[in-house]
This record gives sequence, structure tokens and C-alpha cells, in this order.
Amino acid sequence: MSETTHDAGVAVGTAPSPDDGLSPGELAAKYGLSVSGARPGLFEYVGQLWGRRHFILAFSSAKLTAQYSQAKLGQLWQVATPLLNALVYYLIFGLILKASRGMSHDVYIPFLVTGVFVFTFTQSSVMAGVRAISGNLGLVRALHFPRASLPVSFALQQLQQLLFSMIVLFVVTIAFGSYPGMSWLLIVPVLVLQFLFNTGLSLVMARLGSKTPDLAQLMPFVMRTWMYASGVMFSIPVMLKDRPGWIADVLQWNPAAVYMDLMRYALIDGYGSSNLPPHVWAVALGWAVLVAGGGFVYFWKAEERYGRG
Amino acid sequence: MAEQGTGPRVPTVIADELHIVYRVNGGRTGRGSATAALSRIMRRREERGVRTVHAVKGVTFTAYRGEAIGLIGSNGSGKSTLLRAIAGLLPAERGRVYTDGQPSLLGVNAALMNDLTGERNVILGGLAMGMSREQIKERYQQIVDFSGINEKGDFITLPMRTYSSGMAARLRFSIAAAKDHDVLMIDEALATGDRKFQKRSEDRIRELRKEAGTVFLVSHNNKSIRDTCDRVLWLERGELRMDGPTDEVLKEYEKFTGK
Repeated sequence: MSETTHDAGVAVGTAPSPDDGLSPGELAAKYGLSVSGARPGLFEYVGQLWGRRHFILAFSSAKLTAQYSQAKLGQLWQVATPLLNALVYYLIFGLILKASRGMSHDVYIPFLVTGVFVFTFTQSSVMAGVRAISGNLGLVRALHFPRASLPVSFALQQLQQLLFSMIVLFVVTIAFGSYPGMSWLLIVPVLVLQFLFNTGLSLVMARLGSKTPDLAQLMPFVMRTWMYASGVMFSIPVMLKDRPGWIADVLQWNPAAVYMDLMRYALIDGYGSSNLPPHVWAVALGWAVLVAGGGFVYFWKAEERYGRG
Repeated sequence: MAEQGTGPRVPTVIADELHIVYRVNGGRTGRGSATAALSRIMRRREERGVRTVHAVKGVTFTAYRGEAIGLIGSNGSGKSTLLRAIAGLLPAERGRVYTDGQPSLLGVNAALMNDLTGERNVILGGLAMGMSREQIKERYQQIVDFSGINEKGDFITLPMRTYSSGMAARLRFSIAAAKDHDVLMIDEALATGDRKFQKRSEDRIRELRKEAGTVFLVSHNNKSIRDTCDRVLWLERGELRMDGPTDEVLKEYEKFTGK
């Protein structure tokens, strides 16, 4: 082999060849070469992403496992962290501030814990999304894969994290007298829709974060504002009943509030449909489809540019 | 590879006036004051805090099937950048790279996680390179045996952070070398580890070369270039200084470096 290739090497520029007069572009076209690193079409991209589903799954669960692998209690922290979180909020808002405002204790505590966990799901998806590309440049510059794998994978990791939190949530809910019933089945569609929404958001943030890494510093403030505006610790209609009605409407139709309220409605016996804004399922579906679809296209548009320093 | 020598040579990689520019944030004034940073953000067009590094300047060449091409040049001459651009991992500023199939860089370091066991890293690394679960299962034992990680006890089930640097490097190479490639690119200093493992990895690289259509090798070791390559591209300050048969280019290069 080395003999023949050596001959080929020497032949560079000496032996006349029918290809001599061609420009590089024409030569490429003649032998069917494609531009390296060009962005694939949207549908082809979806196909490529689907082809990498095992990687996406493995990457997200690997990240999740690696998170607590140095701790003595190990994976127990997956459940202990949300439990401690719930305890802190219970201590401050339930016992000290008594922020329940007309809700009974049995409703308010699960109301609060559900809100915290559901919002944390969106919040951490956004934060992970910002750093999905900018924090993994090494990976982006070393291997070939559809870049959307990273933000999707991070959103998936947050979903897995939420599923651990759900264990705590179930315990809290049952402890305060709301027992599993048919309405608990609604958890599944709520989670699916919120996951779609979060993935879309994560994709958008990943593209923005790849261009402007400073967003990682800015986003915690944005997210905190969003949290207080979404009624995590209080009921929006009760809190804003003296204000013009449109403020409460806008706040209630914001996606974080919609998914929180639907989850509360599914889980808590004393939180009936009167607490939900009208057309809430349509709004939940609309947000999910809009943000997931829009986010995906937005991310794909810059596919060939990720990885530039 | 019967067509070479007799039939027309088939190009596999064509670089056409390729320019690569890195943009580095905050390279000029360090952190700068907050107001300066703010005004930079407001006047986005100018991008004052951003320094650009023109790493590859108008490189043009055509690589053919069956060639093994060495890339040489002093540190920071743009060799690794050029490889990444060929692989489509770094976007080109100007110019184009045309390739036949998907060129791949030999290396998976970035996909592996130190907190995971060697076992899970083999699977994760394989998936990251685009292998299917079945392919990984098939080659898993081969990868572990090749790395020699388990020669001194059951290390593959321990987290990678517990490995010595040599062991980790061996496992990384073994994972990276498990896949077959059309156009293969090997960055220098891959063959790490002890002498026994170096020998084994050199053999594996030779095997990969046989299977791959075209091989690019970046190295500072003129001997390994001479052993494996029949054509050499010499890059200096991002420009292609010389392109030709190994002996000729190396002779000039050695004169240049004063050896």
C-alpha cells in the first residue's frame, strides 16, 4: 500500500490529468463532494437528531449521575435536595409569613411545593440551556453531532430531576390529605407539555448563550422576576384582586403560571377548576407548540456557526 | 483502493481559499470597567472588546483517496485549527472545504466525564462518536482489552477520576480508535501511555489508516510523519508554506527549524 500511495504523492502537480483545469468548486461538484460543516435541511436535521436519541439520553443521565457522584449519600441527594427546598419554603412562607391568604393549610403547603418544583423545572432548563453550547465548546469542537442534542439533553436531564422531585411532591400532597385519584393522570400531559415548552426555551437560550455567554450572569435575575410574577408562593387572582383585571390575566396566562396551576389542579383536592383561567389547556398546548417549534427552528438556523470562538 | 495509480485520482477533501478566524472575548483590556463593557454592548457593531485571531489564511489543497498526509509547522501555526475546519467543526470565515462523507477527528476526550465509571464512559464516548448501541456492545470487550485497564484489577467499574493519567489516556485512545472512519484525522500526542501501549496504539493507527480513505496526521515528531505519511503540508503562521512529497518538505522544514 505504501508503494502505491507514494506514487500518488509524487504525482501531485506533475502528471497531466483531465481535472487540471478545474477550479476547486468544479472539482468538488464533479466528484460529488459536499461542503463540510454546511447546515442540513430542517427535516434532515430532525432525522439526524432522532438518530442521536441514544446519545441524548445517555448524556443527560450521565450528567445527572455525575452531579452527586462525589457525595457520601450519593444519589440520595436527588430526592433530598428537593425535600430540603420544600422544607425551607414551608418554614418561611407557611410558618413565618403565613402567606396562604385564604387558602387552608392543607391546600397551601402542597400548592407552594408544587409551585416551587414546577417552576424550578423551567428555571433550571433555561439556565442549563444558556450554557449548553458555551459551556461545552470542547465537545462541539471535537465531535460531530446535531448541536441541538445538547440543549435537548440538558432539558431532559431537568425532566429526570423533576421526576425525582415528584416523589417528594407525592409524599407532601398525601401528607396534607390529597389522595391519589383519577385527576392525578393529568400529571402526564402537563409534564409532556411543560417539557416541550422548556426544551424550546432551552434551545433559544442555547443559541443566545453561544453568542453572548454573559447571559449566564443575567438570567438568574430574569428568572427570579419571572418566579415572583408567576404566583409560586401566592394565588395570582387573590393577590391582585384590587388591581385592574388584565394584570392578573396576563400573569395567569404566562406559561410558567399555566403549567403550575395545571399541576396543582391535578394533584390537590382543594384546588378546583375555579382557580384556573379560562381555556387553560389550549393555552398550555399553544405555549408548548409555539415555543418548542419556534425554538427548534431558531436554533437550527445557526447550526453551522456553533463552535466559533 | 485498486483505482489509484491507474485510474483517475479521486479527491476526498478539497480546501478552497480557506480562512479561519477566532473571536476572543475580553482579550484586549482584561475585564475593563462596567461602563466600558456596557457601552461595548450598546454599540454592538464595533465589538471593541473582541480580538480576532486569524488562524488559517487562505489555504488551498486537494487530498486524494488513499493518501496519508502529514501536517507540520511550529506551535500555533494553525494545524489543529485546519483539521477542525476540515471536519466541519469550526465554521470558515471565507472560503470552503468540500469533503467526501463525514471526516472525523480521532478523539473523544470532551465527551467523557471523570465522575463516571470507565464502563459508562465507553458507552457514552461511543454514542458521542455516532456509534449505535449494538456496535458499542459488540466492541465493548475489545475496547476494554485494548486499553489494558483491567490488567491490574477491575478498574473499568471505578470512576475515571480514580485512574492515573496514563490509564485515563489509554482508555480515551481505545474508545476513540474503536470506530472506522472515511476521512480520518489524528492530532499529535495521541499515543500516550507506557511503551507497550504506545506500540499497540501505533499499530492501531496503522490499521485505521488502511481502513480509512484518507488520513491526516498532525505531529511534531518528524520520524512518525516519515513513517506514516507520503505527502506533507507545511503550515507557518496560518499560511501553506509548502505542499509536496514527505522527503522534500521535511528537508526544507528541518532547514527552517535549524536542525
